Amino acid sequence: MFKSNLGEAPFEGEVKIPSGCAVSAIIDRSGKTFTGEKIIRSIATMHDRSNGLGGGFAGYGIYPDYKDYYAFHLFYNGFTSRKETEDYLNKHFEIVYSSEMKTRKVKGIINVPIIYRYFLYPLSKKLNNSLMDEEQYVVKCVNQINAQIEGAFVFSSGKNMGIFKGVGYPEDIGKFYLLDEEYKGYAWTAHGRYPTNTPGWWGGAHPFGLLDYSIVHNGEISSYDANRRYIEMYGYKCSLQTDTEVITYVIDYLIRVKKLTLREIAKVISASFWSTIEEKSEDEKREETFLRKAFPSLLINGPFSIIFGYNGGVMALNDRLKLRSMVCAEKGELAYISSEECGIRVIEPELDKIYSPAGGEPVIYTLNEGGKE
Amino acid sequence: MDTFIPAGYEVVRDAERCTGCGVCERQCANGVHKFDKSTGKMIADSNKCVNCHRCVCMCPTHALKIVKSDDTYRLNANWSAQTMNEVYRQANSGGVLLSSMGNPNDYPVYFNKILLNASQVTNPPIDPLREPMETAVYLGKKDVEIKRDSQGRLIDTLAPQLKLSTPIMFSAMSYGSISYNAHESLARAAEELGIYYNTGEGGLHKDFYKYGKNTIVQVASGRFGVHAEYLETAAAIEIKMGQGAKPGIGGHLPGMKISDDVSKTRMIPKGVDAISPAPHHDIYSIEDLRQLIYTIKEATGYKKPIIVKIAAVHNVAAIASGVARSGADIIAIDGFRGGTGAAPTRIRDNVGIPIELALARVDERLRDEGIRDSVSVVVAGSVHSSADVVKAVALGADACYIGTAALLALGCHLCRNCHTGKCNWGIATQRADLVKRLNPDLGYKRLVNLITAWTHEIKEMMGGMGINSIEALRGNRLMLRGVGLNETELKVLGIRHAGEDM
Repeated sequence: MFKSNLGEAPFEGEVKIPSGCAVSAIIDRSGKTFTGEKIIRSIATMHDRSNGLGGGFAGYGIYPDYKDYYAFHLFYNGFTSRKETEDYLNKHFEIVYSSEMKTRKVKGIINVPIIYRYFLYPLSKKLNNSLMDEEQYVVKCVNQINAQIEGAFVFSSGKNMGIFKGVGYPEDIGKFYLLDEEYKGYAWTAHGRYPTNTPGWWGGAHPFGLLDYSIVHNGEISSYDANRRYIEMYGYKCSLQTDTEVITYVIDYLIRVKKLTLREIAKVISASFWSTIEEKSEDEKREETFLRKAFPSLLINGPFSIIFGYNGGVMALNDRLKLRSMVCAEKGELAYISSEECGIRVIEPELDKIYSPAGGEPVIYTLNEGGKE
Repeated sequence: MDTFIPAGYEVVRDAERCTGCGVCERQCANGVHKFDKSTGKMIADSNKCVNCHRCVCMCPTHALKIVKSDDTYRLNANWSAQTMNEVYRQANSGGVLLSSMGNPNDYPVYFNKILLNASQVTNPPIDPLREPMETAVYLGKKDVEIKRDSQGRLIDTLAPQLKLSTPIMFSAMSYGSISYNAHESLARAAEELGIYYNTGEGGLHKDFYKYGKNTIVQVASGRFGVHAEYLETAAAIEIKMGQGAKPGIGGHLPGMKISDDVSKTRMIPKGVDAISPAPHHDIYSIEDLRQLIYTIKEATGYKKPIIVKIAAVHNVAAIASGVARSGADIIAIDGFRGGTGAAPTRIRDNVGIPIELALARVDERLRDEGIRDSVSVVVAGSVHSSADVVKAVALGADACYIGTAALLALGCHLCRNCHTGKCNWGIATQRADLVKRLNPDLGYKRLVNLITAWTHEIKEMMGGMGINSIEALRGNRLMLRGVGLNETELKVLGIRHAGEDM
């Protein structure tokens, strides 16, 4: 577990911290890649929705040369924790490339931890002996590092994607990681955080990631403990106590374990009201009633707007009452999602279409057939 | 020689208000009031009074009140008057003391030491007057396997479920312990509300088969009134392993309450005490319970959820875990405050544990073992108000059973003399002249009012917490804080103390 040096203040995971936020995403459905410059401008426009206590990005398609390897991004407190982690990694993975993360000095970004990146894949003998599938194995190793190695935290672990985050305003974090120069992806998501009190912890910034899944979230869910206590039955451990973390686990469980589609998942976590379901077609009624009856404890209640990123697409979803703003827009092959319209207009003033999806209505943008992942 | 035991309560009559109309005399089945010809006035024998307040409520000029008697033994902090009187009664009779309704003694009420959360600023409260607010719940197993048809559509593979419009049901009260009219009121109210009432172990009167869709029938150790049609008629079947008011023993129905109709419905002789066995004689262990559960499932074609009701005892979490693994769809847990029509006083007042603690442990244990999805949990045993329902759900319950509160709605004043069969309110009696005092047309309406009012209040409290569906409240213990509880109590309840952060 990695912690900043903040004296007596409680750390993320020791307290639950409510926060407001801004979220934003861009995807080029043709698969064409572009730098993080646009997403930085988008989230920067919504500067007032953040308070400088956390910002971050996820980029998809950014590591084409290493796309078959898991890309681990790590925060370290010091060289001891790095040494200990690398020993662990060497025991469990074949590391094909590693380096310190390239960053630039940016005013306002302080208390910077040591940041490293590794491209790796599981040692086949270890993997076979574990009796787990490859993804389970990777998740388990990530959890072990995060829970047990003092001063180390894996904050990104997917293939051909990466999460970049820290304490500061999101636009400064973006520049800090050189997202506007060094990386090109077909999809980007961004997050600016407005916690009401903060341990100022780099690992606590968003997006939250698990393998190639990333979540940026604006809101404060009122169902937190109901969701947490349920999902922890299935082997997840909500150690950060953030909404984002529990939402990620819920989606991961429904996709990987229960094999539901993203649309079905939306009907679980942001279920239609019973009265609305009553008015739907027989097929929809049957499906949505079943999902609500089967997964009542995974209904996520209270205000949220989330952008779920994965290899090949992004999904935007609001809570059932739409208690947080979120707009979607399209221009040719490009699709945009943002907390506010200004976050889209600033990078694309002329749009083919812009609309505000209803509460509980998922908006899913995926790469076209021809678009490469 | 019997020791005289002074009355605990005195009937006080305001002579100026009393018109001598005689209503009190006609209303009292205990013969307290009578007209004294020599003085031309109404008089009362307080020694016969059970303090049911029937006369007080019916007196047209409000001339009556009942007060606690100030007669006293020499004060003694160790030997209370109640304890002394019980010794006298047992020395008089040689009998086991009998009591009715729930444990009235001064034990902690944990619900009263738990406070709810509300949203401020960072998360908006939701206004139930202006936004939808959902209280419907489905009870039953949720451990579902996802299957699809050839077109990829999801198939409903869930075990049978009970749908409740609000997370409240009427708990088991048998025909025999309560009257025909009380049962009719409960059945009609359940039907109108979209919830369920429970026959208890007394069988189901033929007249009430038409309410079957809203009826839970019980199979208890005496197997009273159990037959194929009875099971077939019900929406769900409850196997009663225990009752909060008297864990470890069976049911008691005094012979004087076994009328012709009760005898027919229960399939037992008229006028003879019906005491069901302490255990089910086909269940001496958990694997036997599994057999009974599957016997009933076989008998009803796997179409109805099976509830297993247990009393909250010290090892309740492990027992519930065993029950959850035995095929039960729903576990009902009855706390030590739970009501009864008749129970040995010593058992009622000294056995079992509070429902709040039992619920918290059971929910946590089932989650620890990853089997919370294989059962729903219903709790009973002194759920006093909508706030208790909200707290129970946040601790982890799927729904609550209410018994005493429902009887209060029907007029009960908790005089705790159900076992005498002379209920002046027409509830816990089989005497035709008393039964007719409870008009089911009005009684059912009062029950509907009560549950409707509680549901409104539940919605208000949920909305305040920023929750618009009861599912998001279930097990949401961060919404709870203890006040004045010690560390062990907080640990058992799995909640933080008031003032501690989220």
